[in-house]
Amino acid sequence: MSQQNRRMQIGTWLDERIGWSAIQELAMHKRVPMHRHSIWYYLGGMTLFCFLVQVFTGILLLLYYRPTAEAAFESVEFIMTDVPFGWLVRSLHSWSANLMIFFAFVHMFSVFFMRAYRRPRELTWISGALLLVLSLGFGFSGYLLPWNQLAYFATKVGTDILGEIPLIGEWLLVVARGGEDVTGATLTRFFGVHVAILPMIATFFLLLHLALVQKQGMSVPIGEEYKKAPSMPFLPNFAVRDLVGWTLALGILVLLSSIFPWELGVKADPLAPAPAGIRPEWFFCFMFQTLKYIPGKVFFINGELLGIIGFSLGGLALILVPFLDRKAGREERNVLFTAIGWVVILYIIVFTVLAYVE
Amino acid sequence: MTEIKTDTATGGSGMGRRRFFDVVLGGGIAALAGGILYPVVRFMIPPEQPEAATSMVVAAKVGELAPNTSKMFRFGKDPAILIHTDAGQYRAFSAICTHLDCTVQYRDDLKHIWCACHNGHYDLSGNNIAGPPPTPLAQYDVAVRGDQIIVTRA
Repeated sequence: MSQQNRRMQIGTWLDERIGWSAIQELAMHKRVPMHRHSIWYYLGGMTLFCFLVQVFTGILLLLYYRPTAEAAFESVEFIMTDVPFGWLVRSLHSWSANLMIFFAFVHMFSVFFMRAYRRPRELTWISGALLLVLSLGFGFSGYLLPWNQLAYFATKVGTDILGEIPLIGEWLLVVARGGEDVTGATLTRFFGVHVAILPMIATFFLLLHLALVQKQGMSVPIGEEYKKAPSMPFLPNFAVRDLVGWTLALGILVLLSSIFPWELGVKADPLAPAPAGIRPEWFFCFMFQTLKYIPGKVFFINGELLGIIGFSLGGLALILVPFLDRKAGREERNVLFTAIGWVVILYIIVFTVLAYVE
Repeated sequence: MTEIKTDTATGGSGMGRRRFFDVVLGGGIAALAGGILYPVVRFMIPPEQPEAATSMVVAAKVGELAPNTSKMFRFGKDPAILIHTDAGQYRAFSAICTHLDCTVQYRDDLKHIWCACHNGHYDLSGNNIAGPPPTPLAQYDVAVRGDQIIVTRA
């Protein structure tokens, strides 16, 4: 009796100060619609789980990592070989990074095909698209940190592309590299971007994204009638399913990290030629492979510039999808957008496979 | 400077008091933001670090390279490649691919220069002959003096 009383007292005390009961009320009333496409609702949460693993393992790696050209490779080597469970922490960080980007892509396409971006969820889509771009930024900046040969050339190519942008390209390249060339200055700079600047921006957009999802609830696909669709309470039904998925994901991550610990490669040597079979991480491969096929000059335009313009327009179109698809706003199906979605998926898969088999 | 009216209710022309303070406050905030932003942006741009321009380097010794082989060497801060051709000639180029800044290599099976990053090919005069490279590699002059192979900027 007294224990229950005390709990109630603490509850009242907290409620007076932080308005706890309003939050509780909101959580108790949150419901998730149930229909044949409900399975896709778990993918955003899965991406979030991988992000949390990244934050946690990333903080651990910070305890040993040293961001200089002289010490970076050796410090990662030290983590992998000498630090207890260092191999596990670093492999988890690498595997979870890749899975996070994979889930982010699948989440994006599922949202795309379910037209969940339609009114009033345009800002949720835009914040999500920006988060995907930020994830790619995390991937690109983090890739360099072990300072190995593959990362060195991936960074040279990736930043050199910036230099192709008209007018501000040269300036961007110098700012990105911390100088004319990829050197220790680039490494230190990428480290700062990877562990401070990007996390700050990503946290902001992540909170915005989640707040919007809470405010608007889950979207129901066109055709699944909203009013009639049955639903389940978020707490505990959906949350428990989420947690089961996260536990499973953690198991898979540990399994992957144990069976396939992430390679370290050879230390970057600015004098050595690019090794044969070099390619970026898989999520950049479709763009990388496209750059391979574009000739040096197309009419009078520089081939690389053409590729960059193409992908920039693609990215812009992606962000603007909710405004381009006018039909979805009127709750109408848009066959054209479904077709475009499949063409893009096919393009990404074919070009990624080509990058690996060639 | 516009005359400042003390009474906005007159409806006369010129800047009212409220508008005046809006402009002063807005301008002050803009100046403050600029004052913070300018050093931040300048801080992000690394200062130029001048270095002595290299115009000559000893790339290798005579006899070090068999025909149809190559050697990477440093020319200033950049990688360069010295090739001993099948015909017995020495050729030297900047090893920086003109496409996207990768470092090229000599392929003894193809007998020309190749970039692994995006499958770019250059002939033994440095000309871009296949793949995405837009321009030829920069070629250097090679001279043999005594037992030294000396490369100079053309």
